[in-house]
Amino acid sequence: MAQPIVPVRATMIRDASRDQPGAPPTPRWVDALMLCAVAAVAYGIMRAAAEWRAPLSPNVQVSLSPRELPYYAGLSTLRMAIAYVLSLVFSIAYARIAAGSRTAERFMIPLLDILQSVPILSFMPGVVLGLAALFPGRTLGLELAAIILIFTSQAWNLAFSFHQSLLTIPRELSEAATVYHLGFWRRFTRLELPFGAISLIANSMMSWAGGWFFLMASEQFTLGANNLRLPGLGSYLAAAADAGDTHALFLGLATLVAVIVLLDQLLWRPLVAWSDRFKLEQSGGDAPQSRLLDLLRGSALLEWVSARVTHPLTRALDRRLGTPPTAKRARRELHDDAVSRFLRWAPALIALALVVWGAFAAARALAGLGMSDWELIAVSAGATFLRTTIALILAAAWTIPVGVAIGMNPRWARRAQPLVQITASVPATAVFPVLLLALLTLPGGLNIAAVALMLLGTQWYVLFNVIAGAMAIPSDLRDVAASYHVTGWRRWKTLILPAIFPYLVTGMITATGGAWNASIISEYVTFAGHKQSTVGLGSLIAQAAEHSDFHLLLAGTLVMAAIVIAGNRLVWRRLYALAEARYRLD
Amino acid sequence: MNDTVSLLEARDVMKYFGDDRRPVLEHVSVELNQGEFVALLGPSGSGKSTLLRILAGLMKPSSGDVRVHGAPLDGPNPNVAIVFQSFALFPWLDVLQNVELGLLSIEMSDDDRRQRAVKAIDLIGLDGFEEAFPIELSGGMKQRVGFARALVVQPEVLFMDEPFSALDVLTAENLRTELQDLWLAKTMPTKAVVMVTHNIDEAVSLADRILVFGANPGHIRVELKGLPPSDRTTKSAARARLVELIYRIMTNPDDDAMAIVEHSQLDRPRAVASPRAGRRPAPARARRYQVLPDVGIDDVTGLVQYIGGIGGHAAVHDLSRDLQMRTDDLLSIVEATNLLGFGALQDRQVVLTPIGTRFADSELDEEKAIFRAQALDHIALLHHIVRDLETTPTHTLEAERVIDQLEHSFSGEEARRQFETAVDWGRYAELFTYDDSSGELTLDEEHRPT
Repeated sequence: MAQPIVPVRATMIRDASRDQPGAPPTPRWVDALMLCAVAAVAYGIMRAAAEWRAPLSPNVQVSLSPRELPYYAGLSTLRMAIAYVLSLVFSIAYARIAAGSRTAERFMIPLLDILQSVPILSFMPGVVLGLAALFPGRTLGLELAAIILIFTSQAWNLAFSFHQSLLTIPRELSEAATVYHLGFWRRFTRLELPFGAISLIANSMMSWAGGWFFLMASEQFTLGANNLRLPGLGSYLAAAADAGDTHALFLGLATLVAVIVLLDQLLWRPLVAWSDRFKLEQSGGDAPQSRLLDLLRGSALLEWVSARVTHPLTRALDRRLGTPPTAKRARRELHDDAVSRFLRWAPALIALALVVWGAFAAARALAGLGMSDWELIAVSAGATFLRTTIALILAAAWTIPVGVAIGMNPRWARRAQPLVQITASVPATAVFPVLLLALLTLPGGLNIAAVALMLLGTQWYVLFNVIAGAMAIPSDLRDVAASYHVTGWRRWKTLILPAIFPYLVTGMITATGGAWNASIISEYVTFAGHKQSTVGLGSLIAQAAEHSDFHLLLAGTLVMAAIVIAGNRLVWRRLYALAEARYRLD
Repeated sequence: MNDTVSLLEARDVMKYFGDDRRPVLEHVSVELNQGEFVALLGPSGSGKSTLLRILAGLMKPSSGDVRVHGAPLDGPNPNVAIVFQSFALFPWLDVLQNVELGLLSIEMSDDDRRQRAVKAIDLIGLDGFEEAFPIELSGGMKQRVGFARALVVQPEVLFMDEPFSALDVLTAENLRTELQDLWLAKTMPTKAVVMVTHNIDEAVSLADRILVFGANPGHIRVELKGLPPSDRTTKSAARARLVELIYRIMTNPDDDAMAIVEHSQLDRPRAVASPRAGRRPAPARARRYQVLPDVGIDDVTGLVQYIGGIGGHAAVHDLSRDLQMRTDDLLSIVEATNLLGFGALQDRQVVLTPIGTRFADSELDEEKAIFRAQALDHIALLHHIVRDLETTPTHTLEAERVIDQLEHSFSGEEARRQFETAVDWGRYAELFTYDDSSGELTLDEEHRPT
């Protein structure tokens, strides 16, 4: 294609505040405050560690006193943080391995897709039993179970995002890394990690939201007759709901919102602002700002720590791990004998053996189920399918007009955006008890209430995407529509709906998975000491888990995963391809 | 230099891509000797960048081998540094860190590393920009960082992959001159340079040896000797003749390049028929269809009208300058006008035919009618598609069937491209319509036989 050579635009000068020397000095009291914060976190971790070593008692009392709330909030946050660090390490390693070998990739990426679709809560009983047996008589096992549950809600999208980043590294950058012999470690730290940073941080925020969603489920487990609890914000909310203590319930909710807002201000915003340096191209828009980050950049204390501790440490690490190419070549030659070739294949073989064994065991377990069990599963799946569909339709029905109204009006968007964000950040599960108070009295009971609960959990994904889509409609297209008097329904049909279609599909994909997952906690609830349930696959899974009926649990879980995957492959992925091909605005 | 071992050598290299083993390089042999500046020149798709990457050890050849000082190469070539078309700077590292990147794998103290990097930055004229991030730099400055990063490792061989083509004309000229001065003054310890380019002027200004590549699949058509440095200035007659010769070779992709060279009125033979590069075997299969260049119809009609507006003829060189277009892109469009019978390349001039002049002067309706007639008469593929559309009762045709047919004459990807170009031209000629989602061609209603 003929391309005129476009002259390079004039030099773009970056915001000066990103450079250390340009930042204003930070007052000393901020440094003092930072030291205090570090000390407080260290103390908190020590106290939590004492809690973990405590002997396991079957019925931990969760105090409803507001004075305990900060402590509980700290414990929950710590659990989330540990699970998140695990998720991050796991995802980066997983994605790196998958991107490094085409054979591995062929297995690992579909596996990730399946893992993402498996309802997390089904794992719970197995995980809890196993870990409790590993650490008999200690809370540590239970803590680990909670962390693993949160982990499974945080890891997959991180792994997907990093894998995607690794695949999209510009070819010439990657070639430069090879030509200049960066080696594995330096290529990872100089190229791959920085390149993936922005997307990793964005997905980390999503992961934390996903983690909060399972907060309540991860801090209390019902296994047979045992009701196991871990002290934390989730179990506080659950206890408050059980006791019917609305005052405590609202206090707990307020604490949760406060924690989420604090984390946003103290952690994510600075991180997002900091990660702006990893952008490949500077677009015209405003760079994200964070007052806290500016303070940190000007801090004399941090500068000292960086010069005396972090910098020498990373340099030493770099020297150790950045093996010179000569040594590497020698190692490669060493690697080509039969033993090392076997060693390279051994993990794959072991994994394969495990998968085959697992499939075989699962098949045997499923064979043990009778005809009536399968009928029950089919009816339940049908009921839940209806409910998720209704929830999705309702979500689309209200979010499309509202989202478009907000997105197409910049003044509204500016005011509504933070409000919507805070509302959406409150995990739906935490609000369930409050909703149940109102909904269970209505005709239809939980059958209807479950739809409302699913809606609550999933509508935000759709709303956010619709707002983003409406904001992205180019103003000249809107002007064209206006100048040709395209109004009313015709305006929707020719301009708005096609323009937001790709965004809508993205939101709906996330929402569908979320709705199925939410069915497990919305079709079977314990409220104020009473158990309520309705027909549905989620209810079936939850009850099978509670009664340790592993065969039924396995069957229900597999069916749910299969439905979600089939829906993705048959409906959503096709719509997505259509959206990419026909309705992209760029 | 016959007895010395070459710095770097490729022997009978072949490269296939993809599952259908589409060849991109066929029987390519190159030898690189001390003190040489070699240009790999050719149209896009002729595999010159692929060859560069094979020589750098970034890709393995499908067959044949690469030797460094006579020893077979395995993995990235340790003696090579590359300057990339897109600069390939790490946006999160400042200029100094980017330049130091090349030195990271070499055992040395941090101070030494810094000193060497600063020296390279000075050499390439970036003094004072050490702390700047790539985003603050203009394209020319970015490529200077690219050069500094390559030169700081003191590579035995410097590779450049279209180093100036992402820069605007003046910046490119400026940087090219500076590079030439550095190379001729032997300021850098580099023993040889290989540059990939599609720009004839660039190759002639810099290279001691020019390898002209052909496409489908990539191969070396001819090897030409460069000019002595004193003749490389813009005004020399020898330079003008060499540029013209290369233009002629590149605009006649199907002719034997050696014959063109022998035919040309050069004072002394410049071409070296490298025995190993050899001649291309005569085209194995007679093509049923011409190769349509990958150009949009707007570019073709636009060029014809532009030339019509300035008197019916124009020199390629002037067109390239006035339209701000790359020479190879321009030549593809000229090729298209030639296929359609609107113009021809004569002695570095594009000259419109009488029909081309009429096309340039006419109103839209007549313009379309002329185009339709020319397209049907001259483009075999369009002729066949329309004939098939007329003979089928539904007057429709599936795209896949046409592409299948094309695959007898072209590789899979090329067949698809040929089809897309034909659809673009045929739609403009109002010969047929094409529905992309159903993949169906339908005969235009006005032209249905009654």
